[in-house]
Amino acid sequence: MSGNVIDLSFYQILLAYVFVLAVLFILKKESIKREKALILATLRMTLQLVLVGYVLTYLLESPHPLLTLLVLVVMVGFAVFTIFRKFKDRLSPSLKRVVMVALPVGTTVSLFYFLYVVVRISPYYDPQYVIPVAGMIIGNSMTGISLGIHTMINRFTDQKDEVETALMLGATPKEASKSIVDEAFDSAMMPTLNSMLGMGIVFLPGMMTGQILSGVSPLLAISYQIGIMMGILGGVSLTTYIFLKFGYRTFFNRAVQLKSY
Amino acid sequence: MFEINHVEYNGIITIDHLSIDEGSFTAIIGESGGGKSTFLRMLNKMLSPSKGSILFKGAPLEEYDSVGLRRQVLYLKQKPYMFMGSVKDNLLIGLKYQHKEYPTDDMLLKMLERVHLAVSLHQDARTLSGGEAQRVALARLLLLEGDVYLFDEPSSALDEKSEMKVLTSVFDWLKSKNKTLIMVTHSKHVASTHTDRILRISSGTIKEDPHEW
Repeated sequence: MSGNVIDLSFYQILLAYVFVLAVLFILKKESIKREKALILATLRMTLQLVLVGYVLTYLLESPHPLLTLLVLVVMVGFAVFTIFRKFKDRLSPSLKRVVMVALPVGTTVSLFYFLYVVVRISPYYDPQYVIPVAGMIIGNSMTGISLGIHTMINRFTDQKDEVETALMLGATPKEASKSIVDEAFDSAMMPTLNSMLGMGIVFLPGMMTGQILSGVSPLLAISYQIGIMMGILGGVSLTTYIFLKFGYRTFFNRAVQLKSY
Repeated sequence: MFEINHVEYNGIITIDHLSIDEGSFTAIIGESGGGKSTFLRMLNKMLSPSKGSILFKGAPLEEYDSVGLRRQVLYLKQKPYMFMGSVKDNLLIGLKYQHKEYPTDDMLLKMLERVHLAVSLHQDARTLSGGEAQRVALARLLLLEGDVYLFDEPSSALDEKSEMKVLTSVFDWLKSKNKTLIMVTHSKHVASTHTDRILRISSGTIKEDPHEW
């Protein structure tokens, strides 16, 4: 035991991998060819978490503002890179530029507000707070913006007729894209709103569970969870808002004609 | 109204010189895929020519704000799009975009009469047949009172009898208001009955030769 928490030995962790063996057995029995994907995901998850465990240990033991900043930059950079890789050539260069602005600005504003106005951490670069909170805000914003991009690109292709008709009736690009932008905003926000609706009844959120397991009082854990959910909501909506506000324009050229995708 | 000089669009169409007068009715004919719609789309800047210049009211199209131009030069697509909502919503949407005053329901019904359509203003526009949707789209455009009307096969979904009734009524209204009309049509009868001039697009060029009919 460390404090109130039961320590997990190497062998105990190995026991948890029985779930993977069970899934492998089912996949084999039902001839579902997903063994490779399962093994790869398990290995990657293990390796990434072990690595991040050592990195976090180092950062928490030797806190430094530049190191915290570096981690933030790497996290945002990796999120942007993940989005680019996911959409490959479906993202135009101008839409990529919008993502490169929206994600850092949207997440940073929410992160700073949560850390310095709500929690008021000290020192300001304390990695114990900055890194996990940034992870949650950036991760959720990345999911949100990805859904927004997906909807926006698909709708500009499927609803080309609607946008063109609106332009021909004298609409501005903003007016012609309104239904697409609204739908993209909805789909970007949906996971966050759904998780807010189910939280506490359908499931207990990861951060709160972690805190309770570490011996923190459930009421304090809930306070943090409410705060961080607001931060996530702010991050996702601000990131999506900036992305959509500038993103729809990239589908039109200077002569207000729809570009072909 | 339009002066077109040495215009080319991506090898699809080439026009040496063409002028279209204010208040005139022009029909564009020619085989499918010959560039008729491309020609119309260049006139309201939905496409920009790769070469040459198009003047509208004496000024090059590039100098016009595209949105402002499209409020004067209105385009009716061959397969009109109905927005989600009622017939009334669809009739009003152009006026909403152009920040123009909404007419009363009576005025809207009168406009529907002009295109020989008897449907409820509250009917879901997506339940209309192809011919009905085409007429709602026509009425929607007429309500906007533009200077120029570009019609791309405006009666393709109508039977011959309705076609003549609808077009006669619409063209009479356009004439009475001194509007300019440029219309792509496949109908010899429509072109020769309703327009002052027939242009044929063939092998990527535009020629004035109504006698070929």
